[in-house]
Amino acid sequence: MTGSSGTGAPDAGERAKSRATTKMPSESEIYAILSEVNDPEIPVLNIVEMGMVRAVSVSGVRVSIDITPTYSGCPIMNVIGRDIRDALKRHGVEVADLKTVYAPPWTTDWITDDARRKLKEYGIAPPPAVVEQPLFGPNRTLERVPCPFCESEETDLRSEFGSTACKSLHFCNSCTQPFEHFKCL
Amino acid sequence: MNLDDTTRGALFQYLLRLGDDKLVLGHRLSELCAHGPILEQDIALTNIALDSIGQAQALLKLAGDVEGEGRTADDLAYHRDEYDFRNALLVEQPNGDFATTLARQFLFDVFGYHLYGELSRSTHEPLAAIVAKALKEIRYHVRHSGDWMLRLGDGTEESHRRAQDALDQMWMYTDELFESDEHVRRLAGQGIVPDPEALRPAWLETVKGLLERATLEIPEPGYMATGGRTGRHTEHLGHMLAEMQILARSIPGAEW
Repeated sequence: MTGSSGTGAPDAGERAKSRATTKMPSESEIYAILSEVNDPEIPVLNIVEMGMVRAVSVSGVRVSIDITPTYSGCPIMNVIGRDIRDALKRHGVEVADLKTVYAPPWTTDWITDDARRKLKEYGIAPPPAVVEQPLFGPNRTLERVPCPFCESEETDLRSEFGSTACKSLHFCNSCTQPFEHFKCL
Repeated sequence: MNLDDTTRGALFQYLLRLGDDKLVLGHRLSELCAHGPILEQDIALTNIALDSIGQAQALLKLAGDVEGEGRTADDLAYHRDEYDFRNALLVEQPNGDFATTLARQFLFDVFGYHLYGELSRSTHEPLAAIVAKALKEIRYHVRHSGDWMLRLGDGTEESHRRAQDALDQMWMYTDELFESDEHVRRLAGQGIVPDPEALRPAWLETVKGLLERATLEIPEPGYMATGGRTGRHTEHLGHMLAEMQILARSIPGAEW
């Protein structure tokens, strides 16, 4: 609405003031802010699309957030906690309660499709859907993992453990490149 | 979950056992960081160390919460002495050669796999949650150590001999895993933990099945060591703790 300034909507300063003093962000706005927090080990992904944010609730002026680690030994939970507080602070929100939860256990099935595409572009083969494997013997979800560089399925598993807890090591026989795969959990 | 004082005390003891098993084994594996026989195994063993120490952290934090005296996971890990540790003797045994590291790991991983499967149905929800998560990681650990027992046992004459020697050495520490006492019986009676003896057949079947394929023999019944759950350890734990705890003891509260 051009040409009618000064009569209807409050000016920007007033809007900011009212936001700071009375209006708490909605839960979906908190999720949007949390999407600015990246996984320090895979910086192309944020913690929301990784499925690490399990609950957000805004009650009065209290913001509570539940996060879950990908692996029990995830060494970056402290960093993520600090990054969450910093990100919300930039938007004028203080987190009252930031809790680590273990149930239900995190699974790679919670990684969004968009995040899987970003993983592949980053050079990490994304995980397929989790299918329970026999305890011993070949793990079908780790065989013939498509190469993130050339798409070939002529690939070999080199090790079920890689540079971080969540990855396995593979080798592509078509483009002769080693690559990493975000293994199913 | 409201626990009476005796049950709370029993659960604290049990959580120390679970947490100390993981902490001690995780630290043992971490000693191999940059000393693995090949790069992939260096990475694998240290990843398993990381998972184990992460699980220990969650279990010892819960132990501190259950105890209710304000002790943190770090307090329990770094500021207890040898005779206060409640880990099984198996996990404190030195790494030895690669076969020894893997035999120790295999026997314990299979135990952990069956125990955590049962514990994930514990009536104590915080414990069930930690364990259900850990179980997914343990599946990868069992696959790893099982695969190596197979390769070493059914490999060369030398690898077979070493794998069999390692199994023979570690076997006497396996009985302790299935021990019970008044704490365990109290918790089992309330559905908080399984009866350890009931886990033995499943453990033995998994171990036997793999060792047969690996052309390795189950060791003959013989002397079985015990004492870890009551703080009577082999001479190896004290040395390990001295190294593990030195920084936290010298500079309490250090952070970086």
